[in-house]
Amino acid sequence: MIFFATPGSDPAARIAGRNAAQETVQAIRKDFGFDKPLPVQYAIMMKKLFVTRDLTSFVNRGLEVVPQVMRAAPITLSLVFGAAVLWVFGSIAVGVLAAMYRDTVIDKGLMILALIGVSMPVFWLGELMNLVSQSRFHDTWLFSWVPGLGYKPFFDGPWMWFKTLVIPWFTLAALYIGIYGRVLRANLVEAYQEDYVRTARAKGLSPGRVMLRHALRMSMIPFVTMFGLDFGVLVGGAALLTEVVFGLNGVGRLTYQAMLNLDLPMILATVMYASFFVVVTNAIVDIIYVVIDPRVRGH
Amino acid sequence: MEKSANAPLLDVQGLSVSFATDRGRVKAIDDVSFRVEKGEILSIVGESGSGKSVTLLSLLGLNDPKTTFVDGSVAFQGKRLLELPDRALRRLRGKEIGLISQDPMTALTPVYTIGWQIAEQIRTHENVSKKAARLRAVELLASVGLPNPNEAVDRYPHQLSGGMRQRAVIAMALSCSPSLLVADEPTTALDVTVQAQVLDLLLKLRDEFGSAIILITHDMGVVAEVADRVHVMYAGRMVEKGTTTEVFDQPMHPYSWGLMASIPPLFGEKPARLPSISGMPPTPQQAPTGCGFAPRCRFARPECEARPPTRRDGDHSALCVLDGAERAAARRAVLGHEVDA
Ligand SMILES: Nc1ncnc2c1ncn2[C@@H]1O[C@H](COP(=O)(O)OP(=O)(O)O)[C@@H](O)[C@H]1O
Ligand code: SF4
Ligand SMILES: [Mg+2]
Repeated sequence: MIFFATPGSDPAARIAGRNAAQETVQAIRKDFGFDKPLPVQYAIMMKKLFVTRDLTSFVNRGLEVVPQVMRAAPITLSLVFGAAVLWVFGSIAVGVLAAMYRDTVIDKGLMILALIGVSMPVFWLGELMNLVSQSRFHDTWLFSWVPGLGYKPFFDGPWMWFKTLVIPWFTLAALYIGIYGRVLRANLVEAYQEDYVRTARAKGLSPGRVMLRHALRMSMIPFVTMFGLDFGVLVGGAALLTEVVFGLNGVGRLTYQAMLNLDLPMILATVMYASFFVVVTNAIVDIIYVVIDPRVRGH
Repeated sequence: MEKSANAPLLDVQGLSVSFATDRGRVKAIDDVSFRVEKGEILSIVGESGSGKSVTLLSLLGLNDPKTTFVDGSVAFQGKRLLELPDRALRRLRGKEIGLISQDPMTALTPVYTIGWQIAEQIRTHENVSKKAARLRAVELLASVGLPNPNEAVDRYPHQLSGGMRQRAVIAMALSCSPSLLVADEPTTALDVTVQAQVLDLLLKLRDEFGSAIILITHDMGVVAEVADRVHVMYAGRMVEKGTTTEVFDQPMHPYSWGLMASIPPLFGEKPARLPSISGMPPTPQQAPTGCGFAPRCRFARPECEARPPTRRDGDHSALCVLDGAERAAARRAVLGHEVDA
């Protein structure tokens, strides 16, 4: 708990926030045990986060932070999961097509599109999408289905949930389709220099099979590594910009606001949440590894 | 013999291959011709970089068509391979022509078991069930001498030693009983005892399956042991062609003499240091228009700057200006023993 061990600052005062009354600071000091040794402080903090879940934000006048994170998490998860599905399939399609039609117009066109995807700022793209779908063309048949900004829970109606998220999904996925598509193409082109692809071709397999079962299959190994990293970070709150543009009150936004307000309990909670997902995705990536790469299975 | 009535299994005429590179087009193979009869072992020898692999890969259409330009004619079982549409060529690859590549460590896809990879090839060419293909894979692994084939079939490449992997690669190349096996330095990456086993295996397979084999190597010892005929390649050209006996007993080309002189003697005292050919072979970019060997040849003369003529002695031929008595004398000077030309 770096926050508390930092010398020269009073953790209680920091938790209380700016301009807090002296009584509040005193109460916090007692409540969190800041007069006790560090391990005890740590235990108390963990208890507040995970057991009693009553860690309270003082900046926001006594709002409990854990339920807030719990409310924001499904929003972020919905956003990132949907975008991830899009970007996995999108980038595989882009990478495979570009590699199969290497050095043709198809390849060049796709790579230019991917580059555009990579270089477009999410915020700008999001605003553009909003402008187009919410105001400029909202009354045309093309975008009349688009609901207003904000999140609608899945269990209140999956269809509505889906409709509110489609545009955010595409917006968030654009960057990743661009990056992953380009990286995958490079990996595939490299794979075609490899002996095993030559063997596969010498076996008389069709070009599609050589591509999908051999070259792409091997390229999925670095792909999964990359995916795990990005996914974990996004679920942990890095989708902030997309959340803000589309009025989705997800974890990214929560973290951002907590930081603006120097709301230490909230920052703590979101950091814990983010680390949790980074750990979980790492674990999942490790499991996927074992499934897709027999070389790591050990013997 | 009724040889003339039967067309050879493979007939390569005037094969030339060039690559588009950053520095323009370079010719890697220049006017190469050779034939392979049914069931024979033809060995192609030459230093690395002489164009052996490129020759083979162009036969199979495995070069990158965007950067490779192939000329000449290749007839296999009467089919003209270079003109064949992709689909038809794919039906021959893996079925009629099997490829064994140089490095068993990288030749197999790491994420599939060897049984899966063998079955994949069988099922590409034959309409058999997964189960039947797997059984065939087990049989093939047994026939190439993999111990415990029932278990080996489910092994991943990384779980096998180099020699075992090469056997798996050979089993795969054999899986559809090809009439031609193309082996690109199949033993180079293996240690000596395993080399001998793999060669024995190739010989045994030729006898059992009757497949013809093109064996590429730069190991003259291997050639002497297994080949029926030997072709010597240098800087993209076939500089000497003949039967193994002819080439070993009366080599015609100065480059072949160098190769012979560098073989360690089987009997008697081994010299402290084997003579080797000095200098480096030219890269395709800098290959001279005349004899490619001229920069390293003791007998080079002005005529060698033009394309050297083909000297023949029956079916034995070489690409060199030297001929007759002069050649015999030169050979004596290099190899130090009398051979009658
Ligand atoms: N794709 C390619 N592009 C350009 N040059 C090539 C290519 N493939 C092979 N070469 C060149 O052709 C020559 C012959 O190569 P290779 O057939 O592999 O020799 P080896 O006899 O050792 O098998 C080498 O000098 C190599 O650099
Ligand atoms: S042609 Fe001339 S340079 Fe070439 S091998 Fe013969 S003698 Fe030597
Ligand atoms: Mg080679």
